[in-house]
Amino acid sequence: MTIDQLKQMQQKALRKYESYNAALMVCTGTACVANKSFDLVTVLNRELEKRNLLEKYLVVPTGCNGFCAQGPIMVVQPEGIFYERLTCEDIPEIIENHLEGGEPVERLLYHHDGAAVRKMENIPFFRKQKLLALRHKGMINPEKIEDYFRLGGYQPLHRILTTMKPEEVVTDIIRSGIRGRGGGGFPTGVKWQSCIEAVKKTGLTPSVICNADEGDPGAFMDRSIIEADPHSVIEGMLTGAYAVGASEGYIYIRKEYPLAMKRLIIAIDQAREQGLLGKNILDTGFDFDIVVHRGAGAFVCGESSALMASMAGNPGEPRAKYVRSVERGYKDKPTVLNNVETWANVPLIMEKGAQWFASIGTGDVSQNPWNGSSGTKVFSLVGDVNNIGLVEVPMGITLREIIYDIGGGIPEGREFKAVQTGGPSGGVLPANMLDLPVDFDTLTEVGSMMGSGGMVVMDDSTCMIQVAKYFVDFLKDESCGKCTPCREGLVALGTILERITGGDGREGDIELLEEYGENMCETSLCALGQTAANPVLSTIKYFRDEYEEHISRGKCPALKCKALIEYRIIADNCTGCTICARNCPVDAIEGSLKEPHIIDQEKCIHCGVCREVCNFNAVEVF
Amino acid sequence: MIDMKIVDAIIEKWNTDPDFVIEMMQDIQDEFRCIPKEALERIGDRTEKPRGKLFHIATFYNAFSLDQRGKKEIQVCMGTACYVKGAADVLAALERTLGISSGETTPDGKFTLTEVRCVGACGLAPVVTIGDEVIGGVKPNEVPSIIKRFS
Repeated sequence: MTIDQLKQMQQKALRKYESYNAALMVCTGTACVANKSFDLVTVLNRELEKRNLLEKYLVVPTGCNGFCAQGPIMVVQPEGIFYERLTCEDIPEIIENHLEGGEPVERLLYHHDGAAVRKMENIPFFRKQKLLALRHKGMINPEKIEDYFRLGGYQPLHRILTTMKPEEVVTDIIRSGIRGRGGGGFPTGVKWQSCIEAVKKTGLTPSVICNADEGDPGAFMDRSIIEADPHSVIEGMLTGAYAVGASEGYIYIRKEYPLAMKRLIIAIDQAREQGLLGKNILDTGFDFDIVVHRGAGAFVCGESSALMASMAGNPGEPRAKYVRSVERGYKDKPTVLNNVETWANVPLIMEKGAQWFASIGTGDVSQNPWNGSSGTKVFSLVGDVNNIGLVEVPMGITLREIIYDIGGGIPEGREFKAVQTGGPSGGVLPANMLDLPVDFDTLTEVGSMMGSGGMVVMDDSTCMIQVAKYFVDFLKDESCGKCTPCREGLVALGTILERITGGDGREGDIELLEEYGENMCETSLCALGQTAANPVLSTIKYFRDEYEEHISRGKCPALKCKALIEYRIIADNCTGCTICARNCPVDAIEGSLKEPHIIDQEKCIHCGVCREVCNFNAVEVF
Repeated sequence: MIDMKIVDAIIEKWNTDPDFVIEMMQDIQDEFRCIPKEALERIGDRTEKPRGKLFHIATFYNAFSLDQRGKKEIQVCMGTACYVKGAADVLAALERTLGISSGETTPDGKFTLTEVRCVGACGLAPVVTIGDEVIGGVKPNEVPSIIKRFS
């Protein structure tokens, strides 16, 4: 492949795309697929064929659109008309009334305050977003390299390979200020620079790795990027490989993402067929190829040294970091490891310039990447929030803007209680922090962290001690067990939290949790252990009252801790239908037909089955 | 006894490369629904990776199990989003309906119930996956009918 051929392919793809009256972009990200969006693609093609319209309209299965709460989603381009919650039965109406008739089907559009919003760009969920890493989302078929060519893909790479020296690429990346999107926030360019120095010192050939082992629960940014635009990651890795002089690249992807893995492998195969991976890339003499490694379900493998151990066919156990992996990483060679989102940003930085990228976000990073947070960050906005989905926002936006303006606030009229960022390594932030700007340093200062981008919103029915316990239990299972502070510390934290939520909390437990937590931060081997206590420490910091309430008064204010609550039947609502009594696993409910029932508190095990089965809202929690 | 030809074919698919023992074991797990001892030994013999290390791998990663799993694996997503939306209640309902605890297999060998860290379909929370199917917005009282559909 030469640059002329690449340009020709772009023109050809453009001409073909423009020959259609409209392109029907059907979201086929994991969430929409679970809602049968592949069926929509099939039915669309079938119905168009029936009407002899396949030459007028193009059906494109795209990656994740982002607005997962409204799926399955279809966007009609170039108009940008956004349809939501589609079923196969809706298709003929859209074809006839909208595509052929010119009038969008109003009942299938997004509605805001009772009014239909036609265009995607006018929907509040999308308005404040800024798409860099997700720039191609919903625009291309991720399984067709031609679609990536159509948007100019791989052309920046050619300019880099033919006109730039590797060190100039590194300088650009440093000046852009981009910091690692995987959670650590280490400046990417500085990492590349250290790798080059290590190569000079050792004379070894370096490797580049893409960390796609997105293990944080409640996070799906990297999955979505790969599912929507896998070539941006490959092009980013090619750029990085050229910059540091690597000829081998690896992508480590978790097995829980079968669709992303499939699309990644298709993309790599297509890039190889087109001569964009392999020998003599774009006729420039540059050689590079990528091998995919599949994770086997271990959270700790997201940690860089554990990931490299796992890639070499070993248990994923981290090692001490006094020798950094840029100097001695995969197979003891200098290694650059970045995550999916970081790699996906690289081609855009090279195309639009370091200065342009640095101008987005906070602080002046042009001289020093540590001075701020440039660019955007992708978040998966989940939990108790109306507009669940994937959002990309400029650094420096406030939590309130994300949760209320983009996220549409808290459902069912409940109150906001806390937002959890940074996954099991992060922390929770209460309502009075909602106006904080979201960037690497601010979130770390207040005891949470940016992390890889999971943002879990919690309403006032959430018990913060249960949240802390949830993360501790998660990490207890996922700790590799190599170092004592993490392995034993988590068990100790779990035991104390168990007793607090079980109604047996003791005076001094809070202080004990703090002491253990701080010890773990200081003495654990890897970042997993060093940050493992964060969910506990941050909930204590901001919700100490709630801990005290559990311990001293034996009450769970959120009514979530089973041992501290009572189920009771409201006699006025109970119709005596007996369904609760019949379903109670311990026969704790008494009462005869058509008479109000009563729960025997001595026998009740607080399983909540009676509340689940009651059709009259007669079972309440106290 | 397991068919060693299948094991050999899997090992060869990965070029007998010791770097890819985890991939080999994933294929073996998919094939046999467990990691049979004989298969582990064969991987050790052919890749020259110590058996102790292979055993360490087989017990380290969640994807592997030494006991045979059921024909269909029911996974309850316990990611934060699902957890906040009541995944623990869904798991409890599944345990009640199937009559087994998380991590166990039904006596008829049909279902294995496990918890999974996060399937990344947070928009659909709480999520349960059965085989390849992702089921979103699961309510505890729907569990019996879901199980019936897959039985």
